[in-house]
Amino acid sequence: MHEFTLAELSHLLQKREISSVELVETCLERAEQFNDGLNCFISLFPEPALERARHADELIGGGKAGPLTGIPVVHKDIFCTGGFKTSCASKMLDNFIAPYDATVVDKLNMAGSVMLGKTNMDEFAMGSSSETSFYGPVRNPWDASRVPGGSSGGSACAVSARLAPAATGTDTGGSIRQPAALCGVTGLKPTYGRVSRYGMIAFASSLDQGGPITQTAEDAALMLAAMSGFDENDATSAEAGVDNYTATLNKEIKGLKIGLPAEYFSEQLERPVTDAITAALNLLEEAGASIIEIELPNTELSIPVYYVIASAECSSNLSRYDGVRFGYRCDNPKDIDDLFCRSRGEGFGDEVKRRIMIGTYVLSAGYYDAYYLKAQQIRRMLRDEFSNALKQVDVIITPTTPSTAFPLGARVDDPVSMYLSDIYTVSVNLAGLPAISIPVGFNDGLPIGMQVIGDYFGEARILNVAHQYQQITDWHKRVPRDYQ
Amino acid sequence: MSFNKTTVQDIAWLARLAIDDQSIAGYEKDLTDILALVERMKKVNTADIQPLAHPLEIDTQLRPDAVTEENQRDDFQKIAPAITDGHYLVPKFVE
Repeated sequence: MHEFTLAELSHLLQKREISSVELVETCLERAEQFNDGLNCFISLFPEPALERARHADELIGGGKAGPLTGIPVVHKDIFCTGGFKTSCASKMLDNFIAPYDATVVDKLNMAGSVMLGKTNMDEFAMGSSSETSFYGPVRNPWDASRVPGGSSGGSACAVSARLAPAATGTDTGGSIRQPAALCGVTGLKPTYGRVSRYGMIAFASSLDQGGPITQTAEDAALMLAAMSGFDENDATSAEAGVDNYTATLNKEIKGLKIGLPAEYFSEQLERPVTDAITAALNLLEEAGASIIEIELPNTELSIPVYYVIASAECSSNLSRYDGVRFGYRCDNPKDIDDLFCRSRGEGFGDEVKRRIMIGTYVLSAGYYDAYYLKAQQIRRMLRDEFSNALKQVDVIITPTTPSTAFPLGARVDDPVSMYLSDIYTVSVNLAGLPAISIPVGFNDGLPIGMQVIGDYFGEARILNVAHQYQQITDWHKRVPRDYQ
Repeated sequence: MSFNKTTVQDIAWLARLAIDDQSIAGYEKDLTDILALVERMKKVNTADIQPLAHPLEIDTQLRPDAVTEENQRDDFQKIAPAITDGHYLVPKFVE
């Protein structure tokens, strides 16, 4: 039963053809069987999961079930889970038991889902390969010598290998969409403010957004409906009403205007990726959509702007880790400065330290205007480019990544080359727009992802486009050979 | 701009990060490379453009100034590295 989608499992549970306990047992067995090879989990919680599954079966038996009741989910280890270890894949939080649930976790619990465990990721979500984890790298189920993408690599890997039907992730510069693309699954980054950030460990507060990773757009719609909504505990949470995302999935896309930015099809894009996107666009045209060329001329600046803003915000957010109230503390500090400096120096990994230092530098006296202020000004230009383009078209389609999954270790010692792999995803975060990545083909056995970007709070529209594409293709149904 | 040993040490101190001597050369190179990437912004004329701090430009949500949570000090201190009598313990820094 591991190969079924969330929607299919939900149907089988409601009809009492399977029980949540059976389903959870199956997923846990597979997770334990395959985690040694994939390293996609930091923690598994078999006993609490089975207890919740038994409760879910009672609810279903009593006719009180919703679409997620009894469905196993895994949470990226960046979401606080009350009473359970929440490490953010860092030595700094290796001993951290969260005292409360993140709103996303709370909402998914209230919806009846069953948490199986917490997934591996880049440390503090800083990375594009899930290699910077304190717990070692995650592997790609399509080729274990390659990265799954990051930072939500463990979540994408778990869904791809069919260890869980759905996962949560977070996306600051592409961390849901890029691993979804490299693992051949569906990943949705909602509009900034759509999903509460309360209890989601902060990396860059003006960019971070939680969202689902699933097999299909339909499943993403079911997850997003449960995860979204205003939260008074998050001051940047949006009051906009939550749409009925599943109600519009089957709408025809006849007349849909798709914007195609030439800047996203530059020389660095690998030919098989271009071909897969072109083929997908042809199918959408056959379904009645029209393609309109648009311009996003400052796209290439999105990487520099992102690495200034994200690093600046991270240096501020991560100043809370001081070895005093929670988290890692160095041995035998000789004075207060030694306590701060060594706890942080020993508790953070290399990439986190690099970003804190860049952030500290760009915010330091004398450099603020040249870097941080400048980046915020270009951020407005990038945002306005998207806003203008979205006046002409309904959605924008681009590749999610310039290439398929790269080999483990290939970019980990060269931060700039790693950063450049985010070229197609970061500007969406800077603009705060929603975007979904869906599988649209393979090259040499490795999945290719396509990104559909929507207007603010236009999640229903991009889910509709993705679902319509998935009705006429089967890329999203492919399962890596070793995990069938 | 390129980072040298002194600038790396200065920034590490501002960020309260202890870094060992062997890794300084690596930081010099990495931070210099990252800054070179960032400096691509300089070619853009941003005169008269207002900075954008938040993608939606919505008003920050404020709650009524009322106590909504109970004191959970004991719970929070369960995960503290060192406490005594309800206080967090740190090395002495005031004479």
